[in-house]
Amino acid sequence: MGKIWRISGPVVIAEGMRGSQVYEVVHIGEEELIGEVIGLDGDRATIQAHEDTLGLRVGERIEGTGKILTAELGPGIMASIYDGLQKSLTSLMSGGELFLKRGAKAFALPRDKKWHFTPRVKVGDTLDEGHIIGVVPETELVEHRIMVPPGTRGTLKRIVGEGEYTIEEPIAWVEQGGVQKELTLKQEWPVRKPRPYKNRFDPSGLLVTGMRIMDYMFPLALGGKACVPGGFGTGKTVALQQLVRWAQTDINIYVGCGERGNEMADVLHSFTRLREPKTGRLLMEKEVFIANTSNMPVIAREVSVFIGITLAEYFRDMGYDILLVADSTSRWAEAMRELGGRLEEMPGEEGFPPYLGSRLASFYERAGMVECLGSPQRKGSLTVVGAVSPPGADFSEPVTQNTLRIIEALYSLDVALANRRHFPTINWLASYSLYAENTREWWSEIAPDWADIRASALKVLQQEAQLEEIVRLVGPEALPENDKLLLLCARMIREDFLAQSAYHEIDTYCLPKRAHLMLQTIMKFYELAGAMVNSGIPVSEIRSSPMVPRISRMKDIPSEEFEDRIAELWTEMDASLVGG
Amino acid sequence: MEYSALYIKEAQAIEKVKGSLLVTRSVPGIKFEEIVDVQLHSGELKLGKAIDISGEISIIQVFGGVSEVDLVGSRVRCKGETLKLPVSIDILGRIFNGMGEPIDGNPPIIPDDYLDINGEPINPAARMPPAEFIETGISAIDGLNALVRGQKLPLFSGAGLPHNRIAAQIIRQAAVKGKEERFAIVFGALGVSYDEASFFMRNLEETGALERSVAFINTASDPVIERISTPRLALTAAEYLAWQHDMHVLVILTDMTNYCEALRELSAMREEIPSRRGYPGYMYTDLATMYERAGRISGKEGSVTIIPILTMPDDDITHPIPDLTGYITEGQIVLSREFDRKGIYPPIDVFLSLSRMMKEGIGPGQTREDHNNVFMQSYAAYAEGCYLREISTIIGAEGLSDRDKVYLNNADAFETTFIAQGETEKRTVEQTLDIGWQLFANLAEEDLKLISEEFIKKYHPKYRGK
Ligand SMILES: Nc1ncnc2c1ncn2[C@@H]1O[C@H](COP(=O)(O)OP(=O)(O)OP(=O)(O)O)[C@@H](O)[C@H]1O
Ligand SMILES: [Mg+2]
Repeated sequence: MGKIWRISGPVVIAEGMRGSQVYEVVHIGEEELIGEVIGLDGDRATIQAHEDTLGLRVGERIEGTGKILTAELGPGIMASIYDGLQKSLTSLMSGGELFLKRGAKAFALPRDKKWHFTPRVKVGDTLDEGHIIGVVPETELVEHRIMVPPGTRGTLKRIVGEGEYTIEEPIAWVEQGGVQKELTLKQEWPVRKPRPYKNRFDPSGLLVTGMRIMDYMFPLALGGKACVPGGFGTGKTVALQQLVRWAQTDINIYVGCGERGNEMADVLHSFTRLREPKTGRLLMEKEVFIANTSNMPVIAREVSVFIGITLAEYFRDMGYDILLVADSTSRWAEAMRELGGRLEEMPGEEGFPPYLGSRLASFYERAGMVECLGSPQRKGSLTVVGAVSPPGADFSEPVTQNTLRIIEALYSLDVALANRRHFPTINWLASYSLYAENTREWWSEIAPDWADIRASALKVLQQEAQLEEIVRLVGPEALPENDKLLLLCARMIREDFLAQSAYHEIDTYCLPKRAHLMLQTIMKFYELAGAMVNSGIPVSEIRSSPMVPRISRMKDIPSEEFEDRIAELWTEMDASLVGG
Repeated sequence: MEYSALYIKEAQAIEKVKGSLLVTRSVPGIKFEEIVDVQLHSGELKLGKAIDISGEISIIQVFGGVSEVDLVGSRVRCKGETLKLPVSIDILGRIFNGMGEPIDGNPPIIPDDYLDINGEPINPAARMPPAEFIETGISAIDGLNALVRGQKLPLFSGAGLPHNRIAAQIIRQAAVKGKEERFAIVFGALGVSYDEASFFMRNLEETGALERSVAFINTASDPVIERISTPRLALTAAEYLAWQHDMHVLVILTDMTNYCEALRELSAMREEIPSRRGYPGYMYTDLATMYERAGRISGKEGSVTIIPILTMPDDDITHPIPDLTGYITEGQIVLSREFDRKGIYPPIDVFLSLSRMMKEGIGPGQTREDHNNVFMQSYAAYAEGCYLREISTIIGAEGLSDRDKVYLNNADAFETTFIAQGETEKRTVEQTLDIGWQLFANLAEEDLKLISEEFIKKYHPKYRGK
C-alpha cells in the first residue's frame, strides 16, 4: 500500500495513501507499529504513531487496515491490565519478557478461552439493538451480559444452547432485512464515538466512595463527572486509587495515563489482597486497569482514555454502575500539545491546541446515567473522575480551566494541606459539588438531618477561616471564649472527621452511616460545650476534657462495635459536658 | 560505539547548517533518531543524530557543535545504529564521558553487549512495588522520608546549599538493613564543575566504593549535546548491572537542572514551540522516560534506585524544573535555606520533603513497629510548634498559653536534635526513633494522640525498662 515519506517524532507522513480514511488504523513499517491517519492531502497521509518511531526509515511500507480504531468488547475484560492500545500487558509477559518491545502484539481478549454462555432469548424473538441475548459469568463479581451490538436488529433465527464458547464462535444468527448476521460473544466499537442509549437522566443517587469529605460534604452522584486538580504530591493518585478500591459501584476502571509505573504496581498489588466485603471475592474481579505509564508511547495516552471510556460505556449498557478514573488528564493534554506542535498547527493558550476544551469535553460528556438500549429495560450509569496536574499548582492554566467548564464536582487539592499532612487534601473552602441536591434523597434515607449537619459543619469551617486571620494578628488567647470554642470545634471537624488516612487500617474506608455518626458526635460536642461556655466555663478547661481525645479516636473503632461505642460516648458526653 | 560494516551507506553532502542542525539531501536508508557520522573536510569525525527525515531531506543534530562543518567537503554517513553503550561487568570501577568513551586513561572495555541508551519501558505488570528500606543513617530521611529500593527520590536544592555533601553522605552510609548484598553506585555528572565531579570521585575513593562504581562525567566545559546522553548512559549501565547482574544500584545524577537547560537549548535550536518559561513541552515525558527506569521487577534480584539532584532556580519550587520533576518522582527531599542559615546540617525541610514510598518500607520487619506513629506524631508536633512560632513573632511568646510554649520549644529542640546531625554521623533507625521519643517526653502524654497506647507503654522514656 503506502510508503513512509517523512518521520518527525510521532508524526509519520506517508505517500501512496489515496483511498485511506481519516482515523483509519494503519500498520507502519516492518514491525507493523500501530498508527492512525489524522489528515489527508492528495496521496499523502499524516499519521500519528501510537508506538515509538525510533529506527523507522523513509520508504518502509504502510499497510491500511480499512478499520478505524476500535475497542474489543466481550468476556475477558474484567481483571485485565491493558496498555494504552488495549494490548494485554499480562499476555505480553507470557514469554518471560519483562520489558515492552516495540511492535509486540497481544490480543485484548483471550482467543482460546471458553466461556459458559446461557441464552436468554429464543428463536423467533424480535431483537433490538442492545437486547440481552444471554449471560456469561465472567468473574464471581461480574455477570457479563451479551448484547446485540448497536446497528443490528431483527429476528432471531438460531441460537446456540447453554454451553462453552470462545469469543469468536458464532452463538446467534439474526435476520435483518433478508440478511443473516452472526453474533459472537465479542463485539467492537470505535473508541472515539459514544455508544448509543435510549434516554439520558440527571445523575442521581450517591456514588458511595467511603471517603468522608466526598460522600458527606461534596457528594458525587452516579453518572456524574468530577475532577481532582492538585499540585504534585497533593494526593490525586491516592484519591483515585481509593475510589477504585472502595467505591460501591459494579465495575471500576482505572486509567493510568502518563503516570508512574511504581504506582501502577502498587495499586495492582493491593488488589491481590483486597476482598469484597460481602462476597469475600477478590476485588480485582470487578476492576479493569489501563496502564500507559509516562515512559510508554506518548501518543497512545489519548487512545488510553478513549479505550477506557469505551469499555466503561459497554458495561454501562449492560445496566451497571461504572466508575472510571483517569490519572492524569493533563498528561493526555500534553500529548495533544506535542502532536499539535509536530503538525505545526496554530497553537492556542500555552501551546495547547485550540480544540483542547472540546476534546476534553468529548471525554467527560460520555459520563451519565442512561436508560440502556434494548430489553430488558434497565438503567446504567457511568461516573467519571479525572485528575488534573496543573504546572506549579496554578489552577489558572488551560487544562484545569477547560476541565472546570465541563465538570460538576470539583475536589480541589491543596498544597498547603499536603505540607501539613492533612489527607485527603481536598480543600473544604474551594471544593464544590453541584450534586448535593441529586443525592439528598439518597441521604435522607440513612440520615434525615444530613443536609443540616453538613451545612452547619461547613459554616463552622467557614467561620474558622475568618477567625484565623484575626488569630494571626492578636494570637489565639485574645479571642472571646465562644470564638475559642469555635476554633476548637473546627479543628475537631478537620482532624477528626475530614482527615482520613488512606493507610489507616480501619479508617481507610468509611460508610456514610458511620460518617454521619462521627460528625453528629462532633456537632453534639460543640453544642454541649457551647452551653458550658455560656455558663462561664473557660475553653481551656473544656479542651482538656477526656471527651476530646475520645472523639479523636473514633476513627480507630472497628465497624462492628461502632454504633454501640458511639452510643456510650454520647451518654458520657451528656454526663460530663455540663455547665457549672 | 558499534561500527558495523554492514550498515555503511553512501555519504551525502551537507546543504545547510543552522545552529547545531545540518540539513542534507535525504540520506538513503537513514533511520529515525539514528546516529550518523559527520565527516569534516579535515577527515575528523563528529557524531550526529537524525531528528527529522523525509524523502527530500534529512535533518541532523550534531554532537559537539558545528564548528568546522562546511558545505563543500563535509559529509554525512549512516552507521545504521541508534546510540548504544558497550557494556560488560568491567564497567565497574571505570569513568566514561558523555559519549560512553573511557576517560580514565584505561583501554576501552571488551563488551558483552551493546545496549540502546534509551532502554525499554518495564512492563508495568512486571513491576514489583518497591518496599525495602534503605538506611541512610540520616534521621531526617530515615525517620521522616524513608527511601526504598527501586524508588526515585530527588534532592531539590538551591545554589550554595550542601546537596553534594548530603548525597556523598548517603553514598557512604546507605545500606539495606540486615543485608549484605551486591550493590553498585552509578554516578552521572551533568554540566557540573570539574571540582564538583572530583569531589564525588574522591568521596567514592575514600569510602572504598570506587571499584563498585561507574561514573559518566560531562562537566560544564564538555559539549552540551552530550549532556542529553550522559544520564541515559548512566541509567543504561545501572539497568545492566541491576537486571543482568542482580545488583542493587543507586544512581546519583547531578545536576539535573543543567540537563534541563541543555534540553531547552536544543529545543530552541530546533525552533520548537516552547512551553512554560521556554522549556520544551515534552520535558515531562523526557524526564519521565529516564526516571521511570528506576524500579524493581518481579523475578529479578536487582533494583535501580535513582537520586537525582537539582538546584531550583531562585529557590523556586514552582519553577518548571523542580515542578515537572516532582510530578514524576516518588517524592522529594527539599533543602531549606533557612535551616542552612541557622547552621542546621543537613538542612532538610520538614514540610516540603516527602517520600511517597515510605509506608511500604517502614514498620515491623523493616525498621520498627512504632516508626509510622513516631513519624506522624513528630510531624504533627513540629507543625504545631512552627505555627505557634509564626504567631509568636507577631504577638510575642508571652501571648501564648503554657501548653503552646511547650510546643514552641519542642519545635526548636526537634530541629537541633532530630534534624541536625554530623556529616559523618551515621544513626541507626532505632537511634533516630529514640530521639523522637526523647522529644515526646516533653509533651503531655495525652497529647500523643497519633501514637497507639501500646507503643507508648513500650517506648516512652517514662515507661522504658520498667
Ligand atoms: N488519603 C491519603 N491518606 C494518606 N496519605 C496520603 C493520602 N493522599 C496522599 N497521601 C500522601 O501523599 C503522597 C502523594 O500523594 P499522591 O501520589 O496521590 O499525589 P499526586 O497528587 O498524585 O501527585 P502527582 O501529581 O505527583 O502524581 C502519598 O504518597 C501519600 O504519602
Ligand atoms: Mg499522582
